[in-house]
Amino acid sequence: MTAWTPDQPLVRLTDVHKSFRGVVVLQRISFDVTKGEVVCVIGPSGAGKSTLLRCINALVPIERGSILVEGQEVNDPKLDKLALRRKVGMVFQQYNLFPHRTALQNVMMAPIHVLKRDRREVEAEARKLIRKVRLEGKEDAYPGELSGGQQQRIAIARSLAMNPDVMLFDEVTAALDPETVKEVLVTIRELAEEGMTCVIVTHEMGFAREVADEIYFTDGGLLVEHGPPKDFFANPRDPRTRQFLDQIL
Amino acid sequence: MSIASRTDLPVLLPFRLGRAEAPWRPNARHGAFLIAALTLSIGFAEAQAGPGDRSILATILTWTPLLAQGFALNIAMSFLAMAIGTVLGLPLGLGQVSLRAPVRGVSWFVTQFFRNSPWLVLLFYCMLLMPFEVRIGDTIVPLPGWLKSTIGLSLPVMANVAELVRGAVRSIPYGQWEASEAIAFTRMQTLRMVILPQCIKRMTPPWMNLYAILTVATPLTSVVGVSEAMTLTGDILSAEGRTELLVPLYLYLLTWFFLYCYPIARATLMLERRFQVR
Repeated sequence: MTAWTPDQPLVRLTDVHKSFRGVVVLQRISFDVTKGEVVCVIGPSGAGKSTLLRCINALVPIERGSILVEGQEVNDPKLDKLALRRKVGMVFQQYNLFPHRTALQNVMMAPIHVLKRDRREVEAEARKLIRKVRLEGKEDAYPGELSGGQQQRIAIARSLAMNPDVMLFDEVTAALDPETVKEVLVTIRELAEEGMTCVIVTHEMGFAREVADEIYFTDGGLLVEHGPPKDFFANPRDPRTRQFLDQIL
Repeated sequence: MSIASRTDLPVLLPFRLGRAEAPWRPNARHGAFLIAALTLSIGFAEAQAGPGDRSILATILTWTPLLAQGFALNIAMSFLAMAIGTVLGLPLGLGQVSLRAPVRGVSWFVTQFFRNSPWLVLLFYCMLLMPFEVRIGDTIVPLPGWLKSTIGLSLPVMANVAELVRGAVRSIPYGQWEASEAIAFTRMQTLRMVILPQCIKRMTPPWMNLYAILTVATPLTSVVGVSEAMTLTGDILSAEGRTELLVPLYLYLLTWFFLYCYPIARATLMLERRFQVR
């Protein structure tokens, strides 16, 4: 295997197949994400979008095909999953913060225990990250004391604390109140503008149009269509895409 | 009816987290009934006592220090059995959620075996199968009866703690595992830093409940000859040789156990309510 260089795709999926107990969830999925690119994956529920993200950081094993993250094969039994996950951050729909730890501790845990870094240094960075997601003053709050949007932003900070090369967002606003959706989207957009490579699964079409470099539409486990947001939303080619967009917009 | 079939303790029933029916707990009304019954039985016994006999109350008070000694042994056995059972039950419970099938299978079998055996049977096994002394190097360590029966009691406690641990781990939402994996925690780190700390809170009330059940089960050891409060009560009765003393004295012993377990039951209830609100 040749060494990975930043001009190659950061994430490359080739012919990925995945099924759960005979039900095909993903088939023939191929796409590239280059460094600094923001990719949005949209599609109806059950299209395999969340599974797709989980395959990229090896939370879910795939059956066939290849996923390369910085040149490292994810579909390999000898894969160092922990090393992979240090490079790939993930944010979940249900935030999944650790309820017995404060916001600050949630952000600090991974760098301290996984990267074995100095606690004081980590704390300074964690406080900076919490400021970055605009939650200064909430450092000592427990997740239960925070609103959904605030929890989700702490979850983003927790992922960022590992200093990942790519961030995966799995319908991060789907469980939020409409009025708190915006604050989370603003946080993600800022990240994207700073050049963070992002793969975003979302139902927020307006957001996808604004932030994405490339939009992928999935249905029934297939990548139906993709393109830059302007083209994608203006002239969807596939009838399924058109039908989906008609329902949503 | 054999004694074994009468030891059908609630702890042998399958454990359910969440909306399980509330387990039986002593409450203040039970206490009031008990005191009333005790007072009444003392009254009756006084009436039955022959002329010149010492009063029932005075007799009971005379024997109280001895009874207290026996009761102290009950408490010591319950502490020790709980400690042994918890220390062994924790890895056993974690074994049941292990990723390795053989570990899971063995842990499951051990847990089910000890959870579904009558306590008294286990007690007899330990009493009769364990030697009265063990040789460690050059020193001979005697194994007195109370120690052997404590080990016997700790076996079902171990199995029940294992079930508590398994149930608590399973009750933590899957997202917690996923989030821990996503930040590159190993399985051990996830268990130690994310899952178990959340389990402790959930496990504390049923664990205390188990302790109360264990405490009231310690008089079982009188069957295998340990000089705890129950045995001593029998000894006192035969020493006094007064039949009218029988009912008040056993009620008196019952009151001791009640006074010890009631605060535990109250505290358990309080903790359960507090944790439910969050």
